[in-house]
Amino acid sequence: MNLAYLDLRHQLRRFVATAFGLGLLFAIVLAMGGIYRGMVEDAVVLVERSGADLWLVQRGTRGPFAERSTVPAVLEDRARAVAGVAWAHPFSSFTLEPEHAGRSLRLTLVGLGWPDDRGASLGVTRGRALERSRGEIVVDASLGLALGETLTLGDDPYRVVGIGAGLVASGGDPLGFVTHADLERIQSYLAADARRALPPGDSDSAPSGAQAILVRVAPGTSVAAVRARFASFTDVDVYSQSDERSFLLEGVVDKARRQIGLFRALLALVSGIVVSLVVFNMTVAKTREIALLKLMGARTRLIVSMIVQQALLLSVLAYGVAFAASQVAFGLFPRRVVVGAEELAGVFVLAVGIALVASLAAVRRALQIPPTTILAG
Amino acid sequence: MLALRGERLDKTYGAGDNRVVALHDVTLGVEAGEVAALLGPSGSGKSTLLTTLGLLQLPDRGSVWLAGREVVVGGRALADLSALRRRQIGFVFQKANLVPFLSALENVMVAFEINGERGRVARRRALDLLGYLGLADRADHRPDELSGGQQQRVAIARALAMSPPLVLADEPTAALDGARSRDVMLLFRRIAHERGTAVVVVTHDHRVLDAFDTVHEMEDGVLAPPRAQGRPLTTPADPPPP
Ligand SMILES: Nc1ncnc2c1ncn2[C@@H]1O[C@H](COP(=O)(O)OP(=O)(O)OP(=O)(O)O)[C@@H](O)[C@H]1O
Ligand SMILES: [Mg+2]
Repeated sequence: MNLAYLDLRHQLRRFVATAFGLGLLFAIVLAMGGIYRGMVEDAVVLVERSGADLWLVQRGTRGPFAERSTVPAVLEDRARAVAGVAWAHPFSSFTLEPEHAGRSLRLTLVGLGWPDDRGASLGVTRGRALERSRGEIVVDASLGLALGETLTLGDDPYRVVGIGAGLVASGGDPLGFVTHADLERIQSYLAADARRALPPGDSDSAPSGAQAILVRVAPGTSVAAVRARFASFTDVDVYSQSDERSFLLEGVVDKARRQIGLFRALLALVSGIVVSLVVFNMTVAKTREIALLKLMGARTRLIVSMIVQQALLLSVLAYGVAFAASQVAFGLFPRRVVVGAEELAGVFVLAVGIALVASLAAVRRALQIPPTTILAG
Repeated sequence: MLALRGERLDKTYGAGDNRVVALHDVTLGVEAGEVAALLGPSGSGKSTLLTTLGLLQLPDRGSVWLAGREVVVGGRALADLSALRRRQIGFVFQKANLVPFLSALENVMVAFEINGERGRVARRRALDLLGYLGLADRADHRPDELSGGQQQRVAIARALAMSPPLVLADEPTAALDGARSRDVMLLFRRIAHERGTAVVVVTHDHRVLDAFDTVHEMEDGVLAPPRAQGRPLTTPADPPPP
């Protein structure tokens, strides 16, 4: 016989309904965390799937993910000449919104270092990586394009030869991969287009070179050693993959993290208030029963544990609802929601913590009830 | 042996113009197996005396002995009063105060639960008690499915759960009609005589006084000397242990 359970038994429906509502709040807490993790994972896709150990960027900048960076085209050959370098490719990307089949697509185009890099490390799930130096593109599945479909970029047709999953830029836009030469071709076409639309003399110079040079260190060679060799290149700065990763996270994601963190804190607070109110009201509703227990000499521990058990049960039930919601609904969100075991455990601990803190007011109240309350009417 | 003894109890409520002397120099003893009535007009201090003897409140002055042990002295507790209430005292009140959403059986089992006794043994004993009080076939009924008299008997079963040496009842039959009221008083008598429990019952009802071994009368917070009823009694005014 468990008093906490017996008390809940006669108001089970209300209790379950409350747990369900609270569960949706917890689900949002979980989703917020998942959205953040999704953003982080999305943001670093490019850096991680590039396969590069080192990024050579314009001197005084932190690279294309943080700000505008341009390096001369010849840097590629100079980099390749450094001892311990397996390969060096130009890296460029820009976002465009081509028309396709009557709708406007938005994608971030990335140039691959043909012929060494054909996109093998992108994890194409359907079709294949690039096989020709011109007119082929690998895209993310979220663009909704089919294999073999043709997309007009700049002035030329590009055939979709491969489709991958989770290929998104740090802002969440789907990625498209063409050879670096194709990218430059598209870029200069669009720049010329833009120049025609602007009054003469008021235009950017046409882009030349790349935004960065990606360098892969040969197997068996220390990345730090190769990095040190690039220190003599006075016109570029060199960063490791993890440097670029943290630039990305600092820039785009950090603000989002703080904002999401703030929201989660607010939601946790609201959840806490809800649990607290529910448990407090349940306690007030049993004032007579608690007085009776005290009169009969019940230990304080028994009364406290009854209240805390109910709060915990409410919270854990709500967590169950949130967990179920995460399994069923999060996949339908427009952006990636990544809910890992760590996140699930974190929110569980939060739920338990909320229950414990939220019981305090009710416990205080219960301890103040004089046992003689039962004698008055 | 005296199961209960209150000695020179004083209790005053309020101050100034609102000052009420609820108990004045009250001394009272109840033997094991004795069923005693506490009689008196409204406001004479009967409930105050009962809650003081029941360790629900402390007197301003005076002592309380429970089973020969001094547990309150000079208006201060010498022991864990909740623990004493839990194990040594059963309470019955005007209202049955049953938990409305629990069955009769579960209401009795609450008393075992409080004492950390659970499971089959507690259940068996609760059922036995309900049987003893003639409620065997009502064990699974909720209070709102029981008559007033049945509810009060469930409350008595709950008070008896831990086989306490002392049962205190404050107007337990006020809500019952004459015949039922008499049944309950006779039940208290049976409990005292069969189980050796000391029972103190506050009542207004003079028609049931023949059920009691002793009758104490209160007036304005003062207790008159006890009248023995029916059978001879040892004097309750044994000198207290030094
Ligand atoms: N908590 C309290 N605060 C102030 N005065 C109180 C309190 N409890 C009782 N009194 C007063 O103490 C006196 C004795 O009250 P008590 O309840 O003991 O009387 P009683 O004999 O039980 O009366 P009744 O037969 O009406 O139940 C009364 O004058 C009452 O007003
Ligand atoms: Mg009274």
